[in-house]
Amino acid sequence: MSQPTALKEKLDHLQHHFIDSDQQFDAAKMGMWVFLVTEILFFGGLFVAYIVYRSWYPELYLLASTELDTFWGAVNTFVLIGSSLTVAMAIRSAQLDQIKGLIINLYITIGLACVFMVIKYFEYAHKFEKGILPGSYYSYEGIAHEKANIFFSIYYMMTGLHGVHVLIGIGLMIWLVVKAKRKVLHSGYYTPVEITGLYWHLVDVIWIFLFPLLYLID
Amino acid sequence: MATKEATTSVKKLQVKRFKPDENPEKHYLNQETGIWAWMTTVDHKKIGLMYLASITFFFFIGGMLALLLRTELLSPARSFMDANVYNQVFTLHGAIMIFFFLIPSVPAALGNFILPLQLGAKDVAFPRLNLASYYIYVIGALFTIFAIFTGGVDTGWTFYTPYSVTTSGNVMAMTFGVFILGFSSILTGLNFIVTIHKLRSPGLSWNKLPLNLWGLYATSLIQILATPVLAITLLLLTMERALGIGIFDPNLGGDPVLYQHFFWFYSHPAVYIMIVPGFGIISEVISTFSRKVIFGYWAIALSSLAIAFIGFLVWGHHMFTAGQSPLANMVFSFLTFLVGIPTGIKIFNWLATMYKGSIDLKTPMLYAMVFLFLFTIGGFTGIMLGALSVDIHLHDTYYVVAHFHYVMMGGMVMAFLAGLHYWWPKMFGKMYNEFLGRITCGIIFVGFNMTFLPQFVMGAQGMPRRYFNYIDQFQPFHQLSTIGAYVMGVGFFIMAGYLLHSLLKGKSSGSNPWGSRSLEWQTPSPVPLHNFEYTPVIINGPYDYHKPMSEFQLGIATPHNGHDHHAGEQTNVSETEKEQA
Repeated sequence: MSQPTALKEKLDHLQHHFIDSDQQFDAAKMGMWVFLVTEILFFGGLFVAYIVYRSWYPELYLLASTELDTFWGAVNTFVLIGSSLTVAMAIRSAQLDQIKGLIINLYITIGLACVFMVIKYFEYAHKFEKGILPGSYYSYEGIAHEKANIFFSIYYMMTGLHGVHVLIGIGLMIWLVVKAKRKVLHSGYYTPVEITGLYWHLVDVIWIFLFPLLYLID
Repeated sequence: MATKEATTSVKKLQVKRFKPDENPEKHYLNQETGIWAWMTTVDHKKIGLMYLASITFFFFIGGMLALLLRTELLSPARSFMDANVYNQVFTLHGAIMIFFFLIPSVPAALGNFILPLQLGAKDVAFPRLNLASYYIYVIGALFTIFAIFTGGVDTGWTFYTPYSVTTSGNVMAMTFGVFILGFSSILTGLNFIVTIHKLRSPGLSWNKLPLNLWGLYATSLIQILATPVLAITLLLLTMERALGIGIFDPNLGGDPVLYQHFFWFYSHPAVYIMIVPGFGIISEVISTFSRKVIFGYWAIALSSLAIAFIGFLVWGHHMFTAGQSPLANMVFSFLTFLVGIPTGIKIFNWLATMYKGSIDLKTPMLYAMVFLFLFTIGGFTGIMLGALSVDIHLHDTYYVVAHFHYVMMGGMVMAFLAGLHYWWPKMFGKMYNEFLGRITCGIIFVGFNMTFLPQFVMGAQGMPRRYFNYIDQFQPFHQLSTIGAYVMGVGFFIMAGYLLHSLLKGKSSGSNPWGSRSLEWQTPSPVPLHNFEYTPVIINGPYDYHKPMSEFQLGIATPHNGHDHHAGEQTNVSETEKEQA
């Protein structure tokens, strides 16, 4: 290949089995989209469990969801939507070679994700105090329905799994900050930022479904 | 030299013929050697071989367990293992064969090796992910082995609730192992889909894609769409045991049939994960050894996708007797019959390919024909099980066991063996003993039918599956079945013997012992480290046996994409010019 040397330095990221950066970028992006499909099916199982039990016990869902704190749920929704905006801005910064802006936007995203987790922690702690524990440890008397434990099992599975995804996202973004500081990322190679952004949007979208399904049904 | 005359939309590539080296000095097996280099390799060929070694190990374990089961069943009641051990052994036989052998057998082992070669690519799209998926497989296997030594599992490979929640065995470690294993399968599927989309050689359009790749593509679609549902199901089951979340446990208000729905939503498509790549291999083998263009290329390609699609809609036929509504039963039964259509299309197209072909009965072709025979029986008995009224009688009997083994062992394992023998020279550059190969194929065929035909009969007469004990009237069938299993065991040991012999002392096979037109055979055997010394250019379909070999060995004439042409320089230059839009 007759690449000018100046350009060649920028091709360190190109793996041997790809012809050019475009092919590598397209492949990575498609791979992430396919992965997101698997994530949707993964959560899909829980959504099906939710739907089945809701169709069997509609009154249970109305009763039990009053135990969830709509205010803090709404705050968390805005926090996550905001973080989706900042991750999109991070991608834009990378495309424009503004590495400083990229790092700042990533820090804001990480911060918002942490805020989300802290709020979630207080929500969980509040329920644990009342005796709303997952599964057979459930001991709360305040809901007059014999299957109340199942609603909260589904609640803890869904939000817990979503929380794990948020934690993974935080880890990925810390990794991106390290990469950006090492000057690996630039307008010719920002694939990790782009695909982490895709992942983060999915985490956001799942929460946008979880929030009304769990908190807003009364 | 005018390399690229870039006009507005048409790019002209100058191509020339690259004859593969018959006895390559350097290839992937003698470069980057040593344990550490193997363990950290991102080369799809070495990863494929690592998978092959692992699944062979698990096939051996699962097979030995099967022989133990059959030996115990020689006589009614206890002969050398008690009922509890028996339950654990059949659970392990099923779980190991399905999750550790059948699911990764063709996609992860043979597919990993062949897929990039058939695309003319240097590797899969995500080589590191490929290595990771191998290690995920190993970790999943370790969890399972841990489960075996800490209480075992006696639930059957389906882990049905509520028994799987209450049994004393270590179900958690086992399901967690299978949960981990699922990710290995997902990542392999993801990798293959992206590779097929993004890494095809110049000229390799979708209508020139080898049917093996169509099979792997359909399989990968099922893997990425179904396996996540198994993952969440097993996660819920694990949580059920750990925390008692009660979604599936009737004691806590849950619903065990919901578990069955979740489980079969994955596990029915999963049997297509196992069989569809086998269809791909059979297409390759039948066309190669009939020396004829495949009959109905698009019919075979699209019927793979059709099976993948319909496979998602039939899971309910596992629950005909579990208390589903009659309407659901009827719909699922009808959809189950539908699967027969694309499968029948495939069988007829393969037969039509063989018709008036110049058939060469080499070992892979023999296995392909055994496949056609046994898989047809397996398929027809499947239609019978899909019929509601008949299923009430046959449900949970040996008839189901026989049907499943005809499809999975008579279908999938035979296809795997066809592929293994077909691509053996490609992997190692060595030939196995053809005579022993054919004899072994005959032994396995006879042993297989001896084992499973009697099971159809006793199943129809009412012998329930998974039972440790039986009434005397079934003893002759059980004895015949056990002897058949021993015959098969002998067959597999002979195979292990001649394949090992071929590895150590086999004759060199040359680059293309079968005279195949397919792209993977147009590079030396064993394969060079980066698969091709040039960028291949494809102008013909992979089964165009009426066209000269020279048209199948074309590559871009100038050094390109990291290839420097030392190997192909002295070969005669073809004047063929390729226009690519």
